Amino acid sequence: MTLLSLDDVRVTYKLPGRGTLNAVDGVSFDLEPRQVLGLVGESGCGKSTLARAVCGLEPTSAGSISFNGQRIGKLGLRKRDPALMRIQMVFQNPFASLNPRRTIGSQIEDGLRVNPDRDAWNVAQLLEHVELDASSRDRYPHQFSGGQRQRIAIARAIAAGPELLIGDEPIASLDASLQARVAKLMRKLAVETGAALLFISHDLSVVRVIADDVAVMSAGKIVERGPVDRVWTNPQDAYTQRLLAAIPVVDGLGRLPG
Amino acid sequence: MTDVLAVQTKRRSRLRISKQLRTPLALTGGVIVAFWLLVAVFAPLIRPFDPLAQDFDRLQAPSAAHWFGTDQVGRDVLSRVISGAQVSIPLALMLVIFAMLIGSVLGAIAGYFGKALDETIMRIADLVFAFPTIILAMVIAASLGPSLTNAVIAMLIVSWPAYARVTRSLVLGARNAEYVVAGRLLGNGPFTSLSKDVLPNVVSPVVVLATLDVGTAILLLSGLSFLGLGAVPPTPDWGAMVSDGVQNFSSWWIAAFPGLAILTVVLAFNFLGDALRDALDPRSQEAVQGRAL
Repeated sequence: MTLLSLDDVRVTYKLPGRGTLNAVDGVSFDLEPRQVLGLVGESGCGKSTLARAVCGLEPTSAGSISFNGQRIGKLGLRKRDPALMRIQMVFQNPFASLNPRRTIGSQIEDGLRVNPDRDAWNVAQLLEHVELDASSRDRYPHQFSGGQRQRIAIARAIAAGPELLIGDEPIASLDASLQARVAKLMRKLAVETGAALLFISHDLSVVRVIADDVAVMSAGKIVERGPVDRVWTNPQDAYTQRLLAAIPVVDGLGRLPG
Repeated sequence: MTDVLAVQTKRRSRLRISKQLRTPLALTGGVIVAFWLLVAVFAPLIRPFDPLAQDFDRLQAPSAAHWFGTDQVGRDVLSRVISGAQVSIPLALMLVIFAMLIGSVLGAIAGYFGKALDETIMRIADLVFAFPTIILAMVIAASLGPSLTNAVIAMLIVSWPAYARVTRSLVLGARNAEYVVAGRLLGNGPFTSLSKDVLPNVVSPVVVLATLDVGTAILLLSGLSFLGLGAVPPTPDWGAMVSDGVQNFSSWWIAAFPGLAILTVVLAFNFLGDALRDALDPRSQEAVQGRAL
């Protein structure tokens, strides 16, 4: 059965004055359980808005999003439906996504509390799975580096036992040397726990390493979707071709992409 | 090695705060506040005479027997100033704590829930702000009748909106922070989210405002007593004593000593509040908004 299904989803913002902006403009796709889908596109193309809509954080103006057959509405100020807590998100900015006043152990426990399988994990195991010292559970977020914090955020999301893990540009604010490592860690944990992964990034070269399928988004629409190797070697859409051409090539000639 | 690092950062942050609290002004403020708190606590032990007893000659100038002189009905001014600390300081502290609690809870609700609730609470706050504080407090205290309790109620009504405004604006900034959203995705309802994620991160600026406000509260309370809307005679209240002194202008000691008491306490609390603000503010701003990349 399809895990996540989007049907002609639109998210519209009112602009100051009369106009409107279609941040997401008629997106339809399906995600199967345990599938790893990369969503790429330039900044401002609506990737993050789409991710927020899937979490119920952004109201859709048309179309429907359903998760395990259950329709996802706006979260608003209500308590989140326990069934929808099987969707968890890792945010872009590791410096803002952890509460600075609480120990990381207690924040990971927040995730464990909503896991339907109570004994699946404990905090120490989770910390070890994201390659951190189990003894660091009593420390505060400011005592960690950006990459470490992002791994703590991943541990918190995994703690909740998600069936769908969303990474909203989780590597965009990390050092180049850490990007592939964190991306691979997310894939590894998603595959181990049987979760599907929707990995959003503007960097096709990282997505290629971890994703099964890739969807390319431009100006609110999905212009191309397919297995990652096919899109990488044989892009069909003109936008995808340009996106690929913009990836720098290490050939020692000092050429700039474009 | 990581443990050593953790200990070092902890020690460093403690040092930094205490260094900012170790300025001359902060020390002066702290010493004077501590002095007056001790006076308030041990008032019955250290005052030389009964503050209500009219046993002495009227209007004696300061002397070895009566350091601060006696007032127009023959009471010892030093004993009354000491007992006045027992009236003003606890009431001012209580007032500020309650104003902070009421104001910040209402402000947090307004900021977090928004819409009609926000409009209602903040328009009521604006209504209070529209009047000069002392005038509004006078009107309320006068309509309730003169007593210390009524003066405190009147001051509570005029002082909560400041806390509501500050808390609301801080909550507005914090409620869309990613850690708050992450908490919501993990099933925090609005009240859990407020108490667990939002309020702990906005509380320190509010506490700084409260410390700065203790001085103002003592001043306002004394002002109401001065005008006859607070302490009822013969309660030894500093404001009421200054008022007595004004009626006996040639006996300068009746008004001067309680006046000095008000001056030192208010000044000391302001010094302390300023130092606390310098020590806490940059950190709290950083914490609320998430550190810039």
